[in-house]
Amino acid sequence: MRLRIEGGQMIDPASGTSRAGDLLLDDGVIAWIGERLPEAEARGVDRVFDASGLVVAPGLMDMHVHLREPGHEYKETIETGGRAAAAGGFTAVVPMPNTLPATDNRATVEFVARRARETSPVRVYPAVAATRGNENTEMSEIADAKDAGAVAVTDDAFPLQSAEMTRRVMEYCRTFDLPLLTHCEDKALTKRGVMNEGITSTVMGLQGMPKAAEDLQVARNIELAEMTGCRLHIQHISSERAIELVRQAKARGVAVTCETCPQYFCLTDEDVRGYNTLAKCNPPLRTKADQDAVKAGLADGTIDAIATDHAPHAVNEKECEFQTAAFGMTGLETALGLVLTHLVDAGILSLGEAIGKMSTAPARILNLPGGRLEAGAPADITIFDPAAEWVVDPAKMRSRSRNTAFAGWELTGRAVATLVRGEIVYEDSARHSAQESAHGGKDRK
Amino acid sequence: MNLTRKDILGLQEMSSEEILLILNRAADMKEILSRDIKKVPTLRGKSVVTMFFENSTRTRMSFEMAAKILSADVSGFAASTSSVQKGESLKDTILTLDAMKPDVFVIRHSASGAAQFTASLTGAHVINAGDGAHEHPTQALLDMLTIIEHKGGIEGLTVAIVGDIAHSRVARSNIWGLMKLGATVRIVGPETLLPAEIRQLPVEVHTDLRSGIRGCDVVNVLRIQLERQEAGLFPSLREYAQRFGVNSNVLREAQPDVLVMHPGPMNRGVEIAPDVADGEFSVVTEQVTNGVAVRMALLYLLLGGSPDAASN
Ligand SMILES: [Zn+2]
Repeated sequence: MRLRIEGGQMIDPASGTSRAGDLLLDDGVIAWIGERLPEAEARGVDRVFDASGLVVAPGLMDMHVHLREPGHEYKETIETGGRAAAAGGFTAVVPMPNTLPATDNRATVEFVARRARETSPVRVYPAVAATRGNENTEMSEIADAKDAGAVAVTDDAFPLQSAEMTRRVMEYCRTFDLPLLTHCEDKALTKRGVMNEGITSTVMGLQGMPKAAEDLQVARNIELAEMTGCRLHIQHISSERAIELVRQAKARGVAVTCETCPQYFCLTDEDVRGYNTLAKCNPPLRTKADQDAVKAGLADGTIDAIATDHAPHAVNEKECEFQTAAFGMTGLETALGLVLTHLVDAGILSLGEAIGKMSTAPARILNLPGGRLEAGAPADITIFDPAAEWVVDPAKMRSRSRNTAFAGWELTGRAVATLVRGEIVYEDSARHSAQESAHGGKDRK
Repeated sequence: MNLTRKDILGLQEMSSEEILLILNRAADMKEILSRDIKKVPTLRGKSVVTMFFENSTRTRMSFEMAAKILSADVSGFAASTSSVQKGESLKDTILTLDAMKPDVFVIRHSASGAAQFTASLTGAHVINAGDGAHEHPTQALLDMLTIIEHKGGIEGLTVAIVGDIAHSRVARSNIWGLMKLGATVRIVGPETLLPAEIRQLPVEVHTDLRSGIRGCDVVNVLRIQLERQEAGLFPSLREYAQRFGVNSNVLREAQPDVLVMHPGPMNRGVEIAPDVADGEFSVVTEQVTNGVAVRMALLYLLLGGSPDAASN
């Protein structure tokens, strides 16, 4: 398959460039990139994709998703989650290991990788659980899991409570050159908590989760990363002080990175009012001051990456009492629109910076190919219309679950086509038919 | 003026006019309670379902008596002996009961927001009989009715709420109701029993009982649960009683005609000294009577009974 992407605005965050031009994809890699594809190169092209008015970016990578397979296929599968990712403009995802059984050894990592090969339109890079069964008592066979394809180690959903265990996991991660992705939460402080602790939880009569629960573990993990030399990545950072701790650590040269998610720069704990279970997530939605700190952290580079923490849940797990509702919201199909509308259009990030946090940065943190728009790079490409106006409609989502907190939101910017290994894995149907008729069947020769 | 809302979920969302309307109607209803034959036909043919997912015999009985005096049919749903034990969800339980077409649901549940959730699933009226640590509007209304009977009004009074504010729906409903009617509200207790950022509300916060009670017109004492000690929120019931138990000595700080209230059941010797619980300032039994009157008024106003019918 030789595919020519013509006349798009090509943004390469890795080199900090943005230029109009053509891209030739051949044999799964970017074969040519420049202003105008020479006639000689254009021969034998299977399809021309007219990208005029569109942005052509390196494939977006979501380094924090829950695909629920194996074990919770009623919520999501690697196939449905993969399709949701493609529709959201993502070419690669990193599923978390809180599956059933836990993705905590070679067999389970190989299972996820195999299911991905068989069913997912996008690349799937599994993360392995730091401890067996996510039980926080024994370390997983991390090296074996790495051989099987795990790209990172994580305690997501089951935060490591013992500092000793955290230290050993970090030392072991360093030994096998894997980053440790940590969900920072002191569980003793969040026991029975269901939302951020503050005036809103007080008025609603809900058990709070204080910010200190996140801050303490961020501080501890930074100290231990400094001590062990482990590459530490802090997941879904949400609190003002936690961001400041990362800022200070980076300033003194600690190998720490972090991500946030759209919900932490788009929503606050006030969105929980009315016992809105769709806004129940962990870490919980914080306050306006924290939201401002997240934006400032994104703007000054303290926050390296934007992930979604895509957490699909069945209807009955959200249509219930707030305290019994599941934590988490879907995110794959809304992230790009939320970033473009609430960070780029809002003037917090440039388009290049935003794309960088969703492609180049995750690739760098996880030491994966991709995140670059240059000859020889993988032909994982996201093409999006930064001006497309649309309304979030859960009924139209590809994910098996519909628990978005953004239903009805008016967003600007959405994926038009997603390409993985040079193949189109998602294309906006309206746009596709328009192009077919415009080209009058020429492509099909 | 009539009550136009479908549900009674809490006092936070109610206007002072609505609260006064309910309290005035409750005063009328109290007259019925003093009659020899305590039965009026006002709500004949209407059905009320009480759903108590948490045990509270006194609140359930109070609602049932209120409904029966107004001639409504009452059916009780007890979570402990029902399909809930078999793992049925709250949503399914409500939808099942709703299909039996009751006019009013009265719900008590340990989850904050459960009453609102119920209201979102049914076209019937919903009265919150206490949801988690959120609200207990009928308790606050009966407390206010009791205060008005003794003080002639609420405006300008200083009311101290003493004890476990953090876990108390009674405290929250009282705070909203009393504030709306113009009282000064004081919150008194150790920091461990105060909810986060309570100082952002327009209440006075006291962590010393003596200063918290000083000059008060009303002291509303909350029940303390032993499980709070087990959760490490105070060292012992003994120390709690010494520092935050309302006794006749500390009560001298209050106005000479202070009212002492308690939502019950009381732990005599813990949050309230026996001589105070049964003493001259205590109005706890009047609170119970007023509870029936307030619940009658709510059923009457929600189900649109005409004023004439009630006076029959
Ligand atoms: Zn997490």
